[in-house]
Amino acid sequence: MQTIKTATGAKPAAAPKRRGSRLQTKETIAGFLFIGPMLIGVTVLTLIPIIAIFFLSLADWNFVTGIQHIKFIGFDNFERLFQDDKFLKSMRNNATFLLAVPIYLAISMFLAIMIDKYVYMKSFFKVAYFMPYISSIVAVAIVWQVLFHPSAGPVNQALMSLGIENPPKWIADPKYALPSLMMIAIWTAIGFNMIVYIAGLQSIPKDLYEAAEIDGAGTWVKFKSITFPQLSSTTFFLLITGIISTFKVFDLIAVMTKGGPLNSTNMIVWNLYESAFVNLKIGPASAMSVVLFFCVLAITLLQWVGQKKWVNY
Amino acid sequence: MTTTTRTAKVRKGILTAIMFAISVLFLMPFLWMLSASFKIEAEVFTYPIKWIPSQWHMIENYKEVWVGKFPFYKYYWNTVKVTVLTTVISCTVSALAAYGFSKIQFAAGKYLFLIVLATYMIPQQAILVPQFLLYRQIQLFDSHLGLIMLGSFSVLGTFMLRQFFMGIHNEFIESAKIDGAGHWRIFWRIAFPLVRPAIATYAILRFIWTWNDYQNPLIFLRTDALYTIQLAMQKFTTINGEFYSLMMAAAVSAILPLLIVFIIGQKSVIEGIALGGVKG
Repeated sequence: MQTIKTATGAKPAAAPKRRGSRLQTKETIAGFLFIGPMLIGVTVLTLIPIIAIFFLSLADWNFVTGIQHIKFIGFDNFERLFQDDKFLKSMRNNATFLLAVPIYLAISMFLAIMIDKYVYMKSFFKVAYFMPYISSIVAVAIVWQVLFHPSAGPVNQALMSLGIENPPKWIADPKYALPSLMMIAIWTAIGFNMIVYIAGLQSIPKDLYEAAEIDGAGTWVKFKSITFPQLSSTTFFLLITGIISTFKVFDLIAVMTKGGPLNSTNMIVWNLYESAFVNLKIGPASAMSVVLFFCVLAITLLQWVGQKKWVNY
Repeated sequence: MTTTTRTAKVRKGILTAIMFAISVLFLMPFLWMLSASFKIEAEVFTYPIKWIPSQWHMIENYKEVWVGKFPFYKYYWNTVKVTVLTTVISCTVSALAAYGFSKIQFAAGKYLFLIVLATYMIPQQAILVPQFLLYRQIQLFDSHLGLIMLGSFSVLGTFMLRQFFMGIHNEFIESAKIDGAGHWRIFWRIAFPLVRPAIATYAILRFIWTWNDYQNPLIFLRTDALYTIQLAMQKFTTINGEFYSLMMAAAVSAILPLLIVFIIGQKSVIEGIALGGVKG
C-alpha cells in the first residue's frame, strides 16, 4: 500500500475537467488497493469454487486419478441423486429439522421478553443463556453424548428413578436420534436468538405501551397487539437465518452420530461430506453441493421478497 | 411504599426465580462437565449426581490431558496460532475493504461491493469440494496457512465494518484530503480509531468462531501434529474411549479460553450480535 497524494496547489480553474479525471483515477487506484486483498480472497476462495462446482456436478471423476480422467456425463449425477434413498432420506431429515426453528424462536422470544422487563439480574441471565453459543459444538456434543448415554447417562438415570422403565435410547435409537439432535440444536441456538430479540424489544417505542396502559390493556393484549407485531421484522430475519442454518448442520452430526443409526440423522451436508471426503465421489458430492446452493438461494430470495410483503411495522 | 409497587416487586421476584430455574437447564451441562473433570472415573456416572466429588482427581486428570499420551499443549498452541492470526488478518482485510467500499468514491466500487455481498449467501459447504481440490493444487492443503486463509476473507466482517465507516461524516475525510492526506493516512489516523470499538467486536466474534471451528480443520488438515483443539478433542475421545473424566477435562480446557474472552468482551459480543441481527 502506498500513500496517494491528491493534487493540491495546482493552478485554480486550469483545465478543471482534466484535473478532475486525474483525481478520479487516483481515487480509483486507491479504491482498488483498499479492496484488493478482500477481492482477491473472495475471487480465489469463493467465486472460482462456486463456478467450478457447477462443472464438477456434471462430471464423473475420482480426483485420485488426476484431472485428465475427468469425464462429463451431463445431468446423470442429479438423476442418480434423486433416486438415491440415502440422499432423499437426508433431504427429509433436513425438512424435519426445520421444525426446530419455530420452537427455538418461540422460546427465545419468551425469554427475551422476560429478561427485558420482568426480572432482576438481567446480565446474569443473558450470559447464562448465551453460554451454549460460545462453547464449541464439539465440547457440547461430547457432554450431551455422555448425558444421553443409554444406560449410565444422568438423563436416563433420572428418568428411570422417576419410574420410567424403558427410557428412550436417545442418539442410539433411530426413532429418537434426530429429535435428540434437534433438542441440542435448540439448546445452543436460544442464546443467539434471544440476544437479537432483546435488541428488537429495546427499539419498540415506550409510548405505545403507555397508550395501551391508559386504555386498560393487560399483559396479554399488550403482547398480542404491540410486542409481537413490532417484533415481526426481527422474527422474520431470525426465521430466515435459522432456516439457512439448518441446511448447514454438520458439527453436531459429525461428533455425535455420524449420520446414524440407520441414516436417521443423515443430513445433506453430512451426506456431502461423506461422499466427497470419505468415499471420494466428486461428481455426486458436487451435485449435492449444487442442490444445497439452490436451497439456500431460494430461501434468500424468499427473504428479499418477504421483507417487503409480510413484515409490518 | 404503595401496595402496587410492592406487588410488582414480589411478582418480579417470583419471575426471577422461575427464570433462574430455567437457566439451570442451560448451565447444568457445563457444571456437570466441570464436576466430572474433577472426579475419578468410577464416580462419573454415580446417580444421584455427586456435584462435589468425594475423591478429588483434578490434578491427575488435567495432567493426563495436558502432558499425557496425547498432549493437549501442542494442539492448544496450534489453535492459538491459527485463531490469533486469522483474527488479525481477517480484521485488517475487512477493515481495509470496508473503508474502500464506503469512503472512496469510484464507479467500480459499487458493483464490486454487490458481487462481494452476493457471495455471502453461498453456503461454505457448497464449495468445500472445489476448495479442497484447489488447496491440493496450490499446496495449501494440510497447512496452517491454508486454514488461516479460509477464515480471513469474511464478507460478514466487511459488511459489518462498512456500516460503521459509513457513519463517519464525509467532512472529516474531505478536510483531511484538503490538508494533503492520502487515503492510507486518513484510514489509519482518522477512520480506524473511530471504528475501533466495532473492530473489537468483530475481532471477538471472529476469535470465537475460529476457535470453535471444527469443519475446516477436519477437511483441510491431515497431519496429526497440525491439529487444532477441536479435532484433538475428538481424537482424544476416540483414543481414550470410555474415560469420561478425561474427556470432560479436555472439554473444559477447550471452552475455558472462550469463556474468558467472552467475560472480558461480553458487552461488545452481545452488542455486536444484536446489531448484526437487527441490521441483517
